[in-house]
Amino acid sequence: MKTRRDIFQAMADPTRRAILTLVALQAMTPGAIADKFDSSRQTISKHIQILTECQLLKQEESGREIYYHFNPKKMKEIADFIEPFRKMWDDRFNKLETIMKKSS
Amino acid sequence: MEQKTKINAADGKQDLLITREFDLPLELLFKAYAEPEFVEEWMSNPYSTTKLLKQESKKHGSWQLESTDAKGNVVFRANGVIHEFIPNKKITRTFEMENTPFGVQLEIYEFEQLTNDTSKLTMHVIYESVEQRDQVLKLPFAQGINMAHNRLQDIIVRQFKIIYHDKEK
Repeated sequence: MKTRRDIFQAMADPTRRAILTLVALQAMTPGAIADKFDSSRQTISKHIQILTECQLLKQEESGREIYYHFNPKKMKEIADFIEPFRKMWDDRFNKLETIMKKSS
Repeated sequence: MEQKTKINAADGKQDLLITREFDLPLELLFKAYAEPEFVEEWMSNPYSTTKLLKQESKKHGSWQLESTDAKGNVVFRANGVIHEFIPNKKITRTFEMENTPFGVQLEIYEFEQLTNDTSKLTMHVIYESVEQRDQVLKLPFAQGINMAHNRLQDIIVRQFKIIYHDKEK
């Protein structure tokens, strides 16, 4: 199945990163989030929607309000995305080290 | 634990920095890059064998390497031009993976002595665009899913061989 939203694409936008930073500090309503930005509520709402689709944000109802929470589990995936690349080089360099040690 | 290999890829930039400290004297570290037989050895892995088709370690020299799988199929070919080749100090070259959309990369390798037995490599890679850099960074991430699958197959095959071996004894 093809995922509708690319998590890396979601993170590439500076406004969306700012929203994540805000919500990471405390759960917020869409209105409270929009108040922090100069952009229109519609624009911010679209950004929130994308972040929610990527599961970087989670919705929770509290009375009549909807609060957005930060999902740290999903964030861990982002933090780790460079890890396979680092691991690939680390493996290569370990091999280089072993081979050169033998040759000395 | 302190990681020996570090990657620094700043957000929205089209370059990256790979640094690694080696338990090797500077001369040996440089040799690993300068002598074809060593390059071929450390660039090969259980899935593919790497051969240098060309390696002219000098200014305006060019290089080309090729990796083949166990059946001899070419799985990877890359080439480039050498701009600077200063023994035990620096190599500047271009890198182009053939038949891929990743463009031409500029690679600057700097070799440093730390102590008599340790050295450091700094690899600065500059891509044509932010998008190309990010694509290359994500390659092993995407392949990781495949690799995990392959590794699982490997384990199954190995276990099968052990069982087979035991029966023969």
